[in-house]
Amino acid sequence: MASQIQQDDIEIEDTQTGKFLTFQLEEEFYGIEIRFVTEIIGIQKITEVPEMPEYLRGIINLRGKIIPVMDVRLRFKKSFREYTDRTCVIVVDIKEISIGLIVDSVSEVLFIPEEEMIPPPEFHKSTSKFIKAIGKVGQDVKLILDCEKLLHEQEVEDLGEIVRS
Amino acid sequence: MTDYSSIDTLLEMFIFETSTLLEQLEQTILDCEQTKDYGLGVVNEIFRIMHTIKGSSTMMEFHNISTLAHVTEDLFSFIRERQLQLADDSAVSELMLGSIDFMKVEMLKIKNGDPADGDASFLIEQFRALLAEMKQLHGTADAASGTPIRAPERQPLIESKESGISLESGHCRYMAVLRYDEGCEMENLRAYQAVMNLQSELQSIAHVPEDLLEDEKAVAEIRREGLRLSFQTDKTYDQIYQLLHQISYVRSIVLEKQPDTGVLSVGEFTSELVKEQHKLDSPVIPLREATPRAQEETKRGASSQQSNFISVHIAKLDELMDLVGELVIAEAMVTQNPDLQGLGLELEQFQKASRHLRKITTEMQDMVMSIRMIPLSGTFQRMHRIVRDMGKKLGKDVRLQLVGEDTEVDKNIIDHIADPMMHMVRNAIDHGLESGEERIRRGKPAYGTLTLEASHAGGEVLIRIRDDGRGLDKEKLLQRARQNDLLVKNESEMTDKEIYSLIFLPGFSTKDQITEFSGRGVGMDVVTKNIESVGGVVTVDSALHEGTVITIRIPLTMAIIDGMNVRVGESRYTLPTTAIKESFRPAAGDIITDPDGGEMIMVRGQCYSIERLHRRFEVQTDVTGLTQGILIMVEQNDRQICIFADELIGQQQVVVKALPPYIHNLTSIEGVSGCTLLGDGSISLILDVQGLLNGK
Repeated sequence: MASQIQQDDIEIEDTQTGKFLTFQLEEEFYGIEIRFVTEIIGIQKITEVPEMPEYLRGIINLRGKIIPVMDVRLRFKKSFREYTDRTCVIVVDIKEISIGLIVDSVSEVLFIPEEEMIPPPEFHKSTSKFIKAIGKVGQDVKLILDCEKLLHEQEVEDLGEIVRS
Repeated sequence: MTDYSSIDTLLEMFIFETSTLLEQLEQTILDCEQTKDYGLGVVNEIFRIMHTIKGSSTMMEFHNISTLAHVTEDLFSFIRERQLQLADDSAVSELMLGSIDFMKVEMLKIKNGDPADGDASFLIEQFRALLAEMKQLHGTADAASGTPIRAPERQPLIESKESGISLESGHCRYMAVLRYDEGCEMENLRAYQAVMNLQSELQSIAHVPEDLLEDEKAVAEIRREGLRLSFQTDKTYDQIYQLLHQISYVRSIVLEKQPDTGVLSVGEFTSELVKEQHKLDSPVIPLREATPRAQEETKRGASSQQSNFISVHIAKLDELMDLVGELVIAEAMVTQNPDLQGLGLELEQFQKASRHLRKITTEMQDMVMSIRMIPLSGTFQRMHRIVRDMGKKLGKDVRLQLVGEDTEVDKNIIDHIADPMMHMVRNAIDHGLESGEERIRRGKPAYGTLTLEASHAGGEVLIRIRDDGRGLDKEKLLQRARQNDLLVKNESEMTDKEIYSLIFLPGFSTKDQITEFSGRGVGMDVVTKNIESVGGVVTVDSALHEGTVITIRIPLTMAIIDGMNVRVGESRYTLPTTAIKESFRPAAGDIITDPDGGEMIMVRGQCYSIERLHRRFEVQTDVTGLTQGILIMVEQNDRQICIFADELIGQQQVVVKALPPYIHNLTSIEGVSGCTLLGDGSISLILDVQGLLNGK
């Protein structure tokens, strides 16, 4: 019986690996590993929290649970765009931290096999620290996000800012 | 908070059970020491507790604990068997308390996920030595030789039935029914383990229920009928009994020798045996068959153990409270749904139904809150030990009085005040109470009295720590404050209260020499910090040579506060009502602006600085003129500030939620202590008055 359960676990794991939720920011398509994604919701009323970096838009009430929301555009230093009814919040759960990622729109769930993934070029500085890999799907490319860096990279960055100022 | 899913449930249960037992044991021993009487009931209780701890810690493979429990058990088993009256009980108490401390430390290690690697050999040696000494004294002595023996005849350990059980050995078949303690949980696993252990000692064991692990009904069956065993062995009745007796959590054992027919199936014997057992008036409690007094104690003990309590993990309660919070919001969303207004109808029935719903949800909320409330008695009881230890060390005779210990406080708060209370109790005994001779000279009873008092007052709990010692000497306090350069005010202007409050300053100690317990000048300031962290206040009052009273006022709960909601632009903020002094719309003439642009307001001849929330939190709002909005004067620790907001929305009880950890880790936001959900589902930030006072 126990081995059966393990089998199931592996299968669930299997169905998740290699699958990515893709979303759009400006012209680029990004992918995020499906195992991190909890749910996708429309844009909600955001409560601002003072003294936060600009890309952290504030907190939202997700059925009684209060989670922070991050505007991925601002996180990537792109220009702010007004939220529309296409705007989505992807709720991800990374190492027990729930956070909502605001993106322009969500496209689809794709399976990208391991062999279609290539590491990002080294020299590209501005975004590459959040990009874990580049996935090829037919003629298109999807930029695969490194979720942990997305969340936790800012400490270094903030320190840098303090040093500069 | 520990993540409850990560700890093995079994381990958690072990920690909980053992900690509870240790507390109970500590209390028992302290009681005994006070009455100087280790009665038979007490000995039995200690034996039973040690036996349980031994069993469960062996099961969990904490061998240092189990070995220590084992030697303790040996000692008390000897005392019990010989019906010894403990002549020198202080040595035993000391040793017992020592081993309780040891086990507590180990439990803490286990809880924190550290290996329980403490070395108990020193204690074990002491126990062995004590046992050896006792054996020498009493070992060979029989009942008539004048040793202090309470009851001359040895009590039979076993409720032998009149079925002519022979005690001689031989290859015989035995039947046994084991019943487990009620509420010990996982009876089937325990039974399985027991059977496994017995297999090495006994032959051809059969048991009912047969399938212990997979059959879900097994638990219920064992609870109802007990675990029925049938086995063959050449051991004597007594030996088997001892063997069965070692199984942990066994409440009663019925053991019967069978004619060795060799073909009797388990099913046959059980029905017979069970029938026979029912004939007995009460379940057999072999450990406690003693004097009527002991029996009475058994009943009391049993009732307190299997009383109608269940233990629930605090995380589940938190979840439940969150759910109820959501329910309240969801209810508001339904009953105040904008679609209803569109209907333009008289919704009499609907209003009636929604009022009913509201009533139920409110009651539910209250109930959930009350679940989290636990009485202070646990914390108070713990002080007995401290009083005892310190009294002994310092040679002071101290009596502890507890008043209102059943006052209930939120669990979180209890965790925060235990340490401060301990500190204050120590201080009171060390500094406050005089030595016996001095007390007599002053015409006071030789023993000092320390009173812990708890009571409700509004939404707060008052805890008083009162001693009848020498009191605080104002002159001495001032002198010490001068020496350490702690005075901020002119001495002559200080009120008595302010002088007494000096003891809460960091680095302040009136005691000339430092003792083991207190006097390092760290302490009282930590006490106040701890209590302030849960929103409490500490005050002190004293009269020279009459005593000192320290009063702690703490809110009943941190989870729900009375809040005043204010609006700034689109944002809502909540201020704790307790901090608000008044709110008013300022007149233009009262506003003063200093050259740096700092704004102040004159209220009844006093000048207060103004903090504009929209500036502080950089919020867009149309209301920027001070005369258009509203000023709210808040106060904490005798400091005031006027907060400027667009308007007051209203007062309500709000459930305090922490900001998401991600945000919390990023920066600590001065001025915001948490957030809450308002009735319409929007989020309001709870303002921290202390943070606002500290400025940006």
